[in-house]
Parts: sequence; C-alpha cells; structure tokens
Amino acid sequence: MSDRFDSALGLEARRGPGAWAAKLLLYTTMVVVFAGPLVALLVGAFSRVIDPTGFSLIPNGFTLANFVEAGHKNVYLYLLNSFVVVGFGLLLQMLVSVFAAYSLARKKFRGMAVVLIIILATMMLPEEVIIVPLSVVLADLPPFHTNLIGSYAGMILPVGAWGFSILVMTEFMKDVPVELEEAARIDGAGELRTFFSIILPMCRPALGVIGVFGFTMIWDQYLLPLIVATEPGQYTLPIALRTLRSDEEVGIGVLLAAALLALLPSVLAFLAFQRQFMRGLTSGAIKG
Amino acid sequence: MTVAQPTSRRRLTSRRRGTLIAWLFLAPALVLFLYFKFIPMAQGLRMSFFEVRTYLGDRYVGVDNYATILSDRAFTSALWHTVALAAGTTAGSLVLGFVLALLVEGKARHLWIVRTAAFLPVVTTMAAVAEVWRIMYYPGDSGVVNTIAGWVGIAPQPYLASENSSLVSIMAMGVWRGAPYDMMIILAGLAGVDRSLYEAAAVDGATPWRRLRHITVPALRPVFGILFTLAAIRGLRVFTEVFTLTNGAPNGSSEVLMTLIYKLGLQRGELGVAAAGSIVLFAATLVLTVGVRLFRRRDAR
Repeated sequence: MSDRFDSALGLEARRGPGAWAAKLLLYTTMVVVFAGPLVALLVGAFSRVIDPTGFSLIPNGFTLANFVEAGHKNVYLYLLNSFVVVGFGLLLQMLVSVFAAYSLARKKFRGMAVVLIIILATMMLPEEVIIVPLSVVLADLPPFHTNLIGSYAGMILPVGAWGFSILVMTEFMKDVPVELEEAARIDGAGELRTFFSIILPMCRPALGVIGVFGFTMIWDQYLLPLIVATEPGQYTLPIALRTLRSDEEVGIGVLLAAALLALLPSVLAFLAFQRQFMRGLTSGAIKG
Repeated sequence: MTVAQPTSRRRLTSRRRGTLIAWLFLAPALVLFLYFKFIPMAQGLRMSFFEVRTYLGDRYVGVDNYATILSDRAFTSALWHTVALAAGTTAGSLVLGFVLALLVEGKARHLWIVRTAAFLPVVTTMAAVAEVWRIMYYPGDSGVVNTIAGWVGIAPQPYLASENSSLVSIMAMGVWRGAPYDMMIILAGLAGVDRSLYEAAAVDGATPWRRLRHITVPALRPVFGILFTLAAIRGLRVFTEVFTLTNGAPNGSSEVLMTLIYKLGLQRGELGVAAAGSIVLFAATLVLTVGVRLFRRRDAR
C-alpha cells in the first residue's frame, strides 16, 4: 500500500521544498508552544532574572545563585517533604495495589463483583468532592480518635489505595500463566512465597506502569497536603510555591528555581518510563 | 447426605481458606478506601444536613444548607464559571488535539521527538506550571504573552487581573495542558483506522476532506466520547489551577465551585454549607457520567 493512505490526510507522503518548509514550521511551532514555557522556566532558573520581562528562551548568563538563595527560603526542606510523601505513599500504593490485584485476578470468591463495584465507585468519587469532610475525618479518625492533621501520615495514607492502579494491575495479572503458580504450589511454596517469588517478578512491566502513574499522581497532590499541613515546615513543594510567591523577599529567579524543582521529578519519571507511560495511558483511556 | 466425604470436605475447607486469603489480600485496599473515601463521603452527606459547631455539638437543620447554598449568588455564579471553564477547556483541547493529531500522524522518527516535546505539559506538576503561566501573563506590556501578542498588533491586556479575561486566561492554560493528552489518545485511535478504507475512498475519487468526514471522524467517535467524558468530569472539579492563578479574583470573576467550597469549608469554617456544596458538585458529576453513558449506549444501538 502506498504512503498516501497511511494517514488520514496523507501529509507524510507530500514531498518537495514547500511541503518540507511547512512541516518544519509546524513542528517548530508545536515544540515552541508546548515545550517553550518549560524551557523558559529551565533557562530562567539558571539566569539572573529580576522581573518577568527577563523570562525568555534565551539565557541571560549562567548562575546557580537562585538555587543557593532557594536554600535560605527552605525550598530544599519542602522538596524533602515532597520526597518523603511520594516515597512512602508510592510504596504503600504499589503494595496495596498488587495485593488487591492478586485477589481479584487469581482468586475466585464470593463478593468479588461487589469489590469491583466498590473500586469503581471510588474512582467516581474524586478527592475534591470529599475534601471538606475528609479534613474532619483526618482530624478525628474513628474509632481511635487519632488526629492525622499536621502529620505526614495524613498526606500518605489517603493516597495508599488508588482504584486506577489496582485495576491496571489486575488486568495484567490475569495474563500471568496459571501453570507457573501451580508448579510452585506443587513444589510446596506457600501463598506469600508464590506471590513474592512467582507472581510479582512476572508483573515487572506492570509495576513500571503503576509506579510511574502513582508517582505523578502523588507528586501532583495539592488539596490533600494543603489541608493536612498545619505549618510551613510540613509543606510539600507544590503548595509551598504559593507562599514563596507571596513572600516579598523572594525574587522571581528563586520562584522559578523552586518551580523547576517541583516539576522536574515528574518530567524525569515520564521521560524514563515513556513507553510504559504511553501504554498505560492508551489502555486506560480506551478501556474507560 | 449428612456425612461429607473426606475428599470433598478437604476441597471445601481449602476453598474456604482460599476465600479467606482473598479477603486478606484485599483488606489493606478496602480499609484505606473505607477510611479515606467512604467514611468521608458519609460524613459529608451527614454534615450537609447539620449546622456543624465545634465543641457545641452539631444541630440538625434539614435542607437549610442546601437552600443557603443554592440561593447564594456567589455559588450560582461559581457554578456557571465552572461549567464555562469545563466546556471551554474540554472543547478547546479536543479540537486542538484532533487537528494536531492529524498533522503529526505518521511513522517518521522525527515526529516521535515532536510528540514527546508536545506531550511535556501533560506530565508537569500543575502548581509549578501555574506559576510559569502567571509570569507569562504578567499584565504590563513587558509580560511574555503581551509581548508576543504585540507582534501581531494586540494591545497589552491585564489577562488574569481583569474580570473580562480571567476565566479565558485560565482556560487557555487548560487547553495548553489538555490538548497534547487528547492528541496522544487520538493518535492511538487513528492508528486503528482501517487503511484499506482510505484507499477505497481515494479510488472512488474522494478528497482528503471527505475521507476525514466519512471515515476518520466516524471511526474516532468512541475515542472522542471517552475524552469528552473524562475531561468534562475533571473540568467540574477544577481546583489547583484556579486556586494558584487567581483564587477566584478579580471580584469573583473566576471563582469556581471547588475554590468556593474550599473557602467556605476550610477558611470560613462553614462546614455544613460547604458539605452541601460538595454534594451538589458530586450530584452534577454523577448526572454527567451516567447521562453520557446512557447517551452513548443509545448511540451504539
């Protein structure tokens, strides 16, 4: 089949200097429009910028002063807080997901349909809708009367269970051959042993998918840390940006450095796991 | 048969053991969901019928909270802003995403780089992106957006600081962030379109435009449906971008449901009224989800 019918408009097949120039213009525009603001952020964080006018794609010298100054404004403490929350949160979320998925994919039991409905219901119940009562529940966890407001646990536990990653993991685990599991059983391996040494290693690609999605999801959390953190020392980097901006002593360069640190981890996670990310994205979207 | 055979009894206990293990593995997820999803939801529903008073005990007020919030001018205007923002962002992202997907469809290697670069906004942290856009929207004629607009002869605008443009400015950032996502999903959909249909259409003398209208768009309908639903639901509960860009200012012109609920519940302490607002938001989301499902099912028949 010829190139002409490979795409809806058949643009790939057009040749000649005119078509070539048009394509170059289009691609440049796209890259500048979508990646430009982020490149400008990168450039700005390493330049001496005094006012928003200096925000551009062209570097104005190179300096680390913004990052040094950011240290005086506790930016690295906020970054550390973010890493603590995302580290423990992601570990918990992945464990919870693989455990739940193991049950849903490999076991037959009564009430499975109900569990699936519960999980789907949580996905239709976004965090924003329950944020006000959630803050009340976090302040007085029944029946223990524990207060999680002002603690890292308050930012970590609520992201521990995520319907999306449970369902993605379940779908994947269904495809792991049953024979492997049976062989392990016959060799006398117990339930946990089978799970950790047979099932889990087989799921490594899926762990990459739920890992990178979980990471971006927890890293992007805004409302939850906003209601849980009671003093600036507990802020995660995304919510600290607001305080930094309203601080008169903080220059725009420092703000840019902090914003760069706030978005770099999820961009790096995406670039490192791009294939898994795209696979998860399309499968998630097509399945609804 | 009162006495079970030894073998069948063993099978029964092993099945019971299997069930127990299944629930044990599910327990962490279910406990976390219970505490951080369902108890808050139940609590929110209860609170919406009470005047919540710390230390004094809650007082049952019936549907007063709902009456208060639904008759509140700030709430109704926030509702409209939310709908306008959701509709604008969703439509803008879909149209732009579709056009871009058509333009970069193909297998060439250089396209892969373009797609990756274009996709970056999707994976970035919202709060950080909003700071970048705040700087770009700097109202003076030296602001980045104003400078670029100046090249095509548009006079400097106070984008976020004006009642007329605050919502549209937030929308523009939403489209910037949403279009690449839609583009990637549509590209995945385009890859599934039957090539022989294109060829057959071309043999019949159809122009690329007719090919697009009669083959590509119908083939992509389910993809559009999903993207539309996801974006619209997400649009209703928009918070971070509005909170960080304008926080409802100026003069409430960009106030959306979530920023209003946040202010009511967590800053002014009117928990009952805020809970009622959340329930209204939840109902709207639910109606939209179920409505689209029903509509699509009828469409499929």
